[in-house]
Amino acid sequence: MSIDLNAVRADFPILDQQLYGKPLVYLDNAATTQKPQCVIDAISHYYEHDNANVHRGVHTLSERATAAYEGARKIIAAFFNARSEREVIFTRGTTEAINLVASSWGGANIRAGDEVLITHMEHHSNIVPWQMLCEHVGATLKVVPINEKGELIMAAFDELLSERTKLVGVVHMSNALGTINPISTIIEKAHAVGAKVLVDGAQAAAHVAVDVQAVDVDFYVTSAHKMYGPTGIGVLIAKESILEAMPPYQGGGDMIRVVTFEKTEFNDLPYKFEAGTPHISGAIGFGRAIEYIQSIGFAAIEKREKELLAYATAKAEAFEGLRLIGTAGTKACVLSFVLEGVHPHDLGTILDREGVAIRAGHHCAMPVMQFFKVPATARASFSIYNTEAEVDALFAALKKAQEIFS
Amino acid sequence: MFELRDLYQQVIVDHNKSPRNFGKLETFNHEADGYNPLCGDRLHVYLNVNSDGLIEDVSFEGEGCAISVASASLMTDAIKGTPLSEFSQKFDMFQHMVTADLDEVPDDEALGKLAVLSGVREFPSRIKCAVLCWHTMKSAVSDSDEVAKTE
Repeated sequence: MSIDLNAVRADFPILDQQLYGKPLVYLDNAATTQKPQCVIDAISHYYEHDNANVHRGVHTLSERATAAYEGARKIIAAFFNARSEREVIFTRGTTEAINLVASSWGGANIRAGDEVLITHMEHHSNIVPWQMLCEHVGATLKVVPINEKGELIMAAFDELLSERTKLVGVVHMSNALGTINPISTIIEKAHAVGAKVLVDGAQAAAHVAVDVQAVDVDFYVTSAHKMYGPTGIGVLIAKESILEAMPPYQGGGDMIRVVTFEKTEFNDLPYKFEAGTPHISGAIGFGRAIEYIQSIGFAAIEKREKELLAYATAKAEAFEGLRLIGTAGTKACVLSFVLEGVHPHDLGTILDREGVAIRAGHHCAMPVMQFFKVPATARASFSIYNTEAEVDALFAALKKAQEIFS
Repeated sequence: MFELRDLYQQVIVDHNKSPRNFGKLETFNHEADGYNPLCGDRLHVYLNVNSDGLIEDVSFEGEGCAISVASASLMTDAIKGTPLSEFSQKFDMFQHMVTADLDEVPDDEALGKLAVLSGVREFPSRIKCAVLCWHTMKSAVSDSDEVAKTE
């Protein structure tokens, strides 16, 4: 099980370019990954040959579009091992999926005095919807603390979890720290007190295999664009029994069976939660991206990404003046750091001129920055197509930044 | 080609490392906050204007990238001891310099040391860093309670 790095790189046409006379080194994969040619082709093919609205027409193009759209749902269901396609709801992305759950399930099930338990390392998208819900219904938002390595303090989780907890929201892999959280344990413990669990898989789903039945998760959400797919499309995978009992999120076309001015009968799952014309080409591209991941396989992906992270971490530890933010025992693909004497934003600008694309900022995880008492970090995040030579280019550029500021 | 050194000139590196007029003034009659939440750049400026309308003293505190710190440092140097009534003209001049067309040569004579920041034009995502202190100072001058932001 190993990756043919040259072949993988050749799958991504965008990588073959120069910036300011230097080869592009794309290390901002936690923000969004690049897209392989097969995904680009699948989207073009749809618009060139099959474009029509889905679930409506009897004409050939509409049937083709519907088959491709529903085919993507089937691929996604199998990838995450959902019980059926009825458990796979297309959304605009992770953020919309969380808002859907907070608004529909939360609105119906969370009452004054209840508690929602999240963690200190959540992305803003898994904080704000719960904060809004809690304020609206009079519930309380509780937060599981983290330690200096950027790991959840599980003893504190045990203490905070109680019969009052109605929902636990936890990120599978932190975008700011790289930490992979023990979601199986968290789900088991949450279920023991009767709480449901939402796992934010935006960062994890391209890097580790997820089996929603094996971990018994209630809601798993992710975005296609961090998995080599297009932007604007994501997914909520939830247990059918829970989805059945939830009220619709948005009203409109496609989510209804019969409409009269007196009453509307809602459509079956998953359509009940997909009002309006969906992002058809996005779903098709998402399906193709997942097939691409499957063609490489998680065994090879995890092995390769571990290897590269270890290489980069060793370089980082030896680099004078560099402080790693996020050193969890179980982590993947993210190297978040600050460099003494050089602000992350200056680093971002200097690295860019060296062809190296990294993210500088709070990574939509301001509480993480507050915990580590830094205004921002620089973050290099890796993917299957990154090389050791690119890691070397990153550190050479960091050296240059230090020289400018010396 | 435009080089990094054109942005990070020695003067800027130097003002970032040893910012002038840094810290809280003992006596001041105007102050304001500036904050760019996306960047995390944070500033507080203090201003002491005397009865003749002269900026007798000025200082700033805060944290941010080299461009924002150096810009604040250079700004305080540039307005210290000048009439408050001239601030708005200086503000406009600086704003113009960092947003002007690349081929426009900055007016070194009028801008003085501030001209070293003209390189920021080449880096559109960093202009907000250079102007945060100016907008914060504008808030202080007009005694606005609103936190200045430029992103």
